[in-house]
Amino acid sequence: MQAFTQVSGTVAPLDRANVDTDAIIPKQYLKSIKRTGFGVYLFDDARYLDRGDLDIDVATRRLNPDFALNQARYVGASILLARENFGCGSSREHAVWALADFGFRAVIAPSYADIFYNNSFKNGFLPIVLPADVVQGLFEALAAQDGYTLSIDLPAQTVTTPDGQPFNFEIDPFRKDCLVRGLDEIGLTLQHADAIRDYEARRAAEAPWLFAS
Amino acid sequence: MTTQTLYDKLWQAHVVRDNGDGSALIYIDRHLLHEVTSPQAFDGLRLNARLPWRLAANLAVADHNVPTTDRSLGIADPISRTQVEALDSNCAEYGITEFQMNDARQGIVHVIGPEQGATLPGMTVVCGDSHTSTHGAFGALAFGIGTSEVEHALATQTLVLKKAKNMRVAVRGQVAPGITAKDIVLAIIGQIGTAGGTGHAIEFAGEAITALSMEGRMTVCNMAIEAGARAGLIAVDQTTIDYVRGRPFSPKGEALAKAIPYWQSLHSDAMAVFDTEVMIDGSTIKPQVTWGTSPEMVLPVDGHVPDPAREADPTRRQGIERALQYMGLTANMPVTDIVIDKVFIGSCTNARIEDMRAAAKVVAGKRVAGNVKLAMIVPGSGLVKRQAEQEGLDQIFRAAGFEWREPGCSMCLGMNADQLSPGERCASTSNRNFEGRQGAGGRTHLVSPAMAAAAAVAGHFVDIRSF
Repeated sequence: MQAFTQVSGTVAPLDRANVDTDAIIPKQYLKSIKRTGFGVYLFDDARYLDRGDLDIDVATRRLNPDFALNQARYVGASILLARENFGCGSSREHAVWALADFGFRAVIAPSYADIFYNNSFKNGFLPIVLPADVVQGLFEALAAQDGYTLSIDLPAQTVTTPDGQPFNFEIDPFRKDCLVRGLDEIGLTLQHADAIRDYEARRAAEAPWLFAS
Repeated sequence: MTTQTLYDKLWQAHVVRDNGDGSALIYIDRHLLHEVTSPQAFDGLRLNARLPWRLAANLAVADHNVPTTDRSLGIADPISRTQVEALDSNCAEYGITEFQMNDARQGIVHVIGPEQGATLPGMTVVCGDSHTSTHGAFGALAFGIGTSEVEHALATQTLVLKKAKNMRVAVRGQVAPGITAKDIVLAIIGQIGTAGGTGHAIEFAGEAITALSMEGRMTVCNMAIEAGARAGLIAVDQTTIDYVRGRPFSPKGEALAKAIPYWQSLHSDAMAVFDTEVMIDGSTIKPQVTWGTSPEMVLPVDGHVPDPAREADPTRRQGIERALQYMGLTANMPVTDIVIDKVFIGSCTNARIEDMRAAAKVVAGKRVAGNVKLAMIVPGSGLVKRQAEQEGLDQIFRAAGFEWREPGCSMCLGMNADQLSPGERCASTSNRNFEGRQGAGGRTHLVSPAMAAAAAVAGHFVDIRSF
């Protein structure tokens, strides 16, 4: 997994609450059996004026000029600014793959849906929680300034504005450590293989029906 | 310990290793797989030369991409076909039990798990699908996971989890005749919102919940995720045990005799403390219809579509305006004036035998209205379909003008050919009314099977209580 320490970059806005995973990556793209290539379909329904599919070349499609990601000032954005309950809906990790594949390294919002939040950390993608009033302030600053950037420091747990104002954010220590070091979680868990086997032996004695077949 | 919640008990019974920071390595008893969220996980296993930890814990089925029409023709869409074939070959390569598309036991993963007895009380159940919360109806800790966690569960039979908070939603008293599990859960979501349960496991309790059949309880837990909770739970009682007994994967004889006393302990203790408690008077719940693009945008059938002018909060007002525009509705119009184009009765929320019976009861001897272009019934599994046919329900549906289809996820999310066209309005028994969910530009109204059936006959929403 790609490690995450410091990221500075252009911020793009998505000014809407309850952005669901169907909006982040629509169903037709979930038929892909790969883990890559979803970035061109990110926010597909809002980003394009015509309907796409895996077998349609995106270069032939019409972009929606009103959608932020299509505007010149947000080209190359690596940080997404969003509203409450971002990523609600299905468990599709394709939503995180699409955000990361597009080039986003982090999202800032007041709250997230649980499964999306959890999936993010498995992909070197950082979901930052900041209070709603701080997020509101960032939306206003972003609207007022072309090429608005933020600097994220994960070890220090800060988001810093261009004029040097830092905002602290909370993050679970285990998730932070995995992200900062880019660790393979399965490899880490398998270091406890003996504990898993011990559990199975204990549990099979108490509840043999769980291990019947 | 006499003050544990059901969630606390299930968590504690599955701790392999406590990390001491609020997270733990949690053992997974049952892993259900389907074709959409598993191929990348199997690729990960191959890439790292890892094998599934315990083969018998896994059960796979293709449900999202399968056609609901004649299957002897195979899957027409080559991309869908490739995904289903990838599941077949991955299961064959690793030796995982799979119900393939033409197996009589094939169906929606959240229907077949309980139907086969693969879902049992006290288990941890995971699947790369958010509606895994369904299985919590059995007093099992069940929740949806992403593909990285599918790979983790395959390789280690565990997940690293952070303990959730405890929430109890008690639905007191009795619901009125005609009110179903779907109406109960939509009313709950309407009250607490789509983020109301975020960070929590929701235990559904109260007389109106315990009075439900297992099918009804699954409908309620299925939509816990629409309230933001990864897991929904209902305590084990005699209804649970009676349902589980005698199914292909469930314990028999001595094993069953040993399991039952344990299962009977799977309830919250009388003095258990919850972080959040919500109380709802069941007698006040009316038939529910969603009007907007989030499950919390829901109204009683005798209600009126909201007026953004009356909403003071700007973000909420904007949300209402956007939803009204997408849905093609006018502020203040009565719900019963909403005219529909299509009807979909199916999905992991409402495609079990009881749902089929409820819909058939409404349409028996009647006809689908002329303005309804398509009314389709998609049973949750091959076995539900067979049961319904033995009861003659398919004949009732066909005589009324419904299409009677093969089992799968179908138009709940339209990954197969079953989709809404732009602007089409659907009365749907599924679980999500997001923009584009059932097809780009499609407009979804979530309702119970009886309400969907009545809408099919009337051509618009009607109050099932006076239908």
